[in-house]
Parts: sequence; structure tokens; C-alpha cells
Amino acid sequence: MRSLVRPAQYVALALYILFLGFPLLWLISASVKSSGELNSLTVSLLPTEWHWDNYTEALEKQGLVRSAANSLIVALASTALSVVIAVPASYVLARLKGKVRAAGVGWILVSQVFPVVLIILPLYLILRTLGLADNLAGLTLVHTTYMLPFALWMLQGYVAAIPVELEEAGAVDGASRLTVLRTIVFPLLAPGVAATAMFSFVSSWNEFFFALVLLQSPENYTLPITLNMFVGGEGKVALGPLAAGAVLAAIPSIVFFSILRRKLTSGLMAGAVKG
Amino acid sequence: MTATLTRPAPPSGKRKKPALAQSRRREAIALVLPSLIPILVLSVAPLVVGIFLAFTDARLVRHPDYGFAGVDNFTKLVGNDLFWDSLRIGMIWTVGVTVLQLAAAMGLALLLNSGLRLQGLTRVLALVPWAMPPVVVAIMWQMIYSANGGPLNAFLGSVGLPSDINWLGDFSVALPAVIVVGVWVGMPQTTVTLLAGLQQIPAELQEAAAVDGAGAWRRFTAVTWPSLRPIVTSITSLNFIWNFNSFSLVYVLTAGGPGGKTMVPVLFIYLEAFKNREIGYAAAMGLVLVVVVVLILAVYLRSQFRDDRAVKGR
Repeated sequence: MRSLVRPAQYVALALYILFLGFPLLWLISASVKSSGELNSLTVSLLPTEWHWDNYTEALEKQGLVRSAANSLIVALASTALSVVIAVPASYVLARLKGKVRAAGVGWILVSQVFPVVLIILPLYLILRTLGLADNLAGLTLVHTTYMLPFALWMLQGYVAAIPVELEEAGAVDGASRLTVLRTIVFPLLAPGVAATAMFSFVSSWNEFFFALVLLQSPENYTLPITLNMFVGGEGKVALGPLAAGAVLAAIPSIVFFSILRRKLTSGLMAGAVKG
Repeated sequence: MTATLTRPAPPSGKRKKPALAQSRRREAIALVLPSLIPILVLSVAPLVVGIFLAFTDARLVRHPDYGFAGVDNFTKLVGNDLFWDSLRIGMIWTVGVTVLQLAAAMGLALLLNSGLRLQGLTRVLALVPWAMPPVVVAIMWQMIYSANGGPLNAFLGSVGLPSDINWLGDFSVALPAVIVVGVWVGMPQTTVTLLAGLQQIPAELQEAAAVDGAGAWRRFTAVTWPSLRPIVTSITSLNFIWNFNSFSLVYVLTAGGPGGKTMVPVLFIYLEAFKNREIGYAAAMGLVLVVVVVLILAVYLRSQFRDDRAVKGR
């Protein structure tokens, strides 16, 4: 009986690996199959011949490169912006005590509850009034705002891990509070900032709903919107290039997440678990 | 972390020097303000306006001209069977995905915590669904579910099962098929969280239970599950909210079809607002959703806390 436990565990693990990994494998395989093979009824994971043209075709496709550039601009700008404004605020959040902190943390949690669909209507109207609807700057601001709760949550966990004594030592040496922040606290936050930045980048790069509602002109589309257009319009015809485009769109996110792996397990969740 | 937070305040004599306290407060405000402004303008204000819109007859037109409509939207909503249908579908989707996510993630987390080989591979694989853009996930699963030449049907055919199922186009299987994708996407984050929780359980507890002759299942129910309870509660609440609010996946996978069988409420409201252009009415629906989510969470969290107290009281 006991000897059967390990094999059973490995069978279960293999099934998990299959469930989690197979779809991605299939997408990659579809991205290197010719359209003839994709439309044939014989189904195999390995392509009969490797058809790399799908990738060049995807890159030549109207709008794909431009929308990738748009995505990159929005993701970089909103990441930089959210980190720059979240670092000081998270410091205050972590060091405060009592009601103000409770209110801040409470807001972070509440902001998760409200359906974006209720917020998106007035948000669209507000941005239209400001002339920022259908505009990459507007989308950047929206992404920044909606990343903030998470960035604040993550960073305040890192701030809380810095011993207050370090700051007090600096203060005793006569440094002003801002100098203490700049020379002692912020450098120690670097790993937290890196993790938060990567996470923010991925959130913005992947984001679909706001971009769908806010952007109307094709020249402003971000990558997810353009890919979605291909599904609707000519998706069935050009399955191979679509798969290739999808693989390319997923690469930055997967790379960053692999780097973040340890942080996601330790830092972020420690904050969530221990509160 | 907890230690730094609960440490008594340094004896700086704050209360005796209000001037210092005031300057510190000013500093704090200066540090918070850059975050506060975008939050107020792009998050709090829309929320307030959204609640207000729910009581108007606003339409999405170039020169909006709308009046106060009282609770008209809500009375109209009572008779809107399509909306309540959509809410029912949304509940099946949300509860289905959340529960299956928890079960699947718990299984994987336990496996990853039991010293098997292939851990590295599994851990990396487990992050992929989390990292991928939802649009790419949807495109990928459309290929898996494809009625002709899709690998799922091919596999079913090869083991002698019906191989002509139109997974995303059939009235009865579309919603379960979409739920599976939801589980695939959300499982990793839950797994990582549960694994972090599992690793905090002292090994001595498990060993003591084993010495007392407890089997694997008994050890799970007596040691593991009670220790994980707070984490399970928080990740389940968050998953519930995220799944209830999720839009992109279903939008790209099925756009609510076939025949509205996967029309989750968020999608329904989106169409009401941006296709029918009835934003007042759509806002009222959104408000109903908020109330539903808050009520369900309140009931769930209450029952969890009551159980906690019962356990501690024993």
C-alpha cells in the first residue's frame, strides 16, 4: 500500500503537467505548422515540416508591430509612473499606525471588489472630457492608477521589512528625513521595486478591458486588441500567423514572470499571508 | 514584518511637540499626494459618478443630456429576464471556477510540498497560465477546443469517445468548457499561495500526528487544513471577486455565445453600455453586481469567522 503512494503522486503530477503545459505546447506547434497542415484532419503535436514563415507573416501583418510598440510604450510609461509615485506612498503606508493605515489598506482591498464594469463608464466619460480617450497617454494613466493598489501593497511589505532602527540611526546622525529616505530606505527597497516594476509591466502588457473600451483608432491599438481583431475577422484563415503572433505576445510576460518566480512565492505572498 | 509593525513607537515625545508632529504629517501628505491624485480622479471619482449614473437615464452620445430617473432603472431591471439569466450564468461560472481552482490548486500544492522530482519544471509551468495575456489564453484554448482538427477531439476519438463535440459552440458544453479555461488561468496563483502556506506549517506538527498513527487523510484534515484555513479564506474571497469580474477571457473565447449561454454579467453590462449605449441602465446593473458580490462575501466571511471562533473556543 505504502509503496503505491509515490507512483500515484507521480501520475497525478504528470496529469497536472499535461493540463498546464499542453495548451502552450499546442499553440507553439500551431505557430510552426503550414496552413495546409492546420486545416487537415490529421492531428499531431509535431509539425510534419517546420514552417517558420508564420512568424515573418505575423510580423508583416498590418498593425501587429505598431500595436506591439504601443503596448511597450504604455507598459513602460505606466510602470515607471506607478513605481515613482507608489514608493513614497508605500513608505507612509507601512510606517503609519492606527486608523490612517487601516483606511489605506482597507481601500486597497475594497478596490479589488468593485467591478471594473461600473467604473469604466464614468472613466470613459472623464477621459473623453479631458481629451484623453482613444489616446495612449490616457491609457497609461488608467493603467497606472489601477496598478497602484497592488504596487502599494507589495512595496509596503518591503518597507515594513526594513528595521526602523536604521532610519533612527540616520536621523541621529543629523540627516533630514528626506535624506534618510533617499540614502537609506529607497536603496534597500531596490529588490522590491524591481519585482513591483516587472509585475506592473506584465499587468499593463496583458491588459485588455480598458484598452478595448478606451482605444478606438486602429493606430492606437495595443497588442491584445490587435490580436483580438485577428480572431474576429480573418482568424480562421490565418491560424498559423495568429498563433505566431500570440506566442510573440506572450514571451515578455513569461520571461518576466520566470524572473519573478521567487518573489511571487516569498515576498508578495508573505505580505498577503501575514498582513 | 509583524514584529516591526507592532514595535512600540520610538520615544520621540511626539505628543509634547505638536509642531514636529505637524511637520511630519505635512511630509506624509507630500509623499502620499502623487498617488492620491490619480486614485481620486480615475478611481474614486468614476466610482461615485458610476453610482450616480445608475439613477439617471444617461445614454452614450456625443452631447449627453440626461435627467434624474430615480429608481426607474432598477424597476426596469426587475423585469429584465436576460439580465437575471446572465447573473445566474455568472454565478455558475464564478462558483464553478473558484471551487475547482481551489481543489486543483490544493492538490498541486500538496504534491509540490511532498518532495517529488520535477518540481522545478512544474513550478515554472504553473506560472505560465498566470503570466500569459488573457487574449493569448483565449486564442490558445480556441485551438484546443476546435471542433475539427482540435487536439481534444482527436484525443477523445482515439480512445473511442465521441470526437465531434463543438466545445465552444454547443449549448450544453460551452459553459463548462469556458470554466475549465478559467480554472487553468487562475489555478497557478492559488497554488503558489497555498504552497507558501503549506511551507509555514511546522514539520513537527505533521510528524507528531504521524507518530500518533494518523494516516495521510487524517493528517490533512487535522493538521494541514486547519492551519491553512485563513489563507484558504482570503485566496478564495479574492478568487471569487476576480472571477466574478473577469471579462477578457470569456469575451475573446465566446463573446457570450452560443445563444448567450456564456453571457457573464460583466459582458452583459459591457454590451448594454457600449452597444446599446444605455449607460444609465448599465450602471444600475453594475451597482446590482456590487451589491450581490458584497452580500455573498459578507455571508462567506461571517461563516468563516464564526467557524474560527468555534474552533478556538473548543
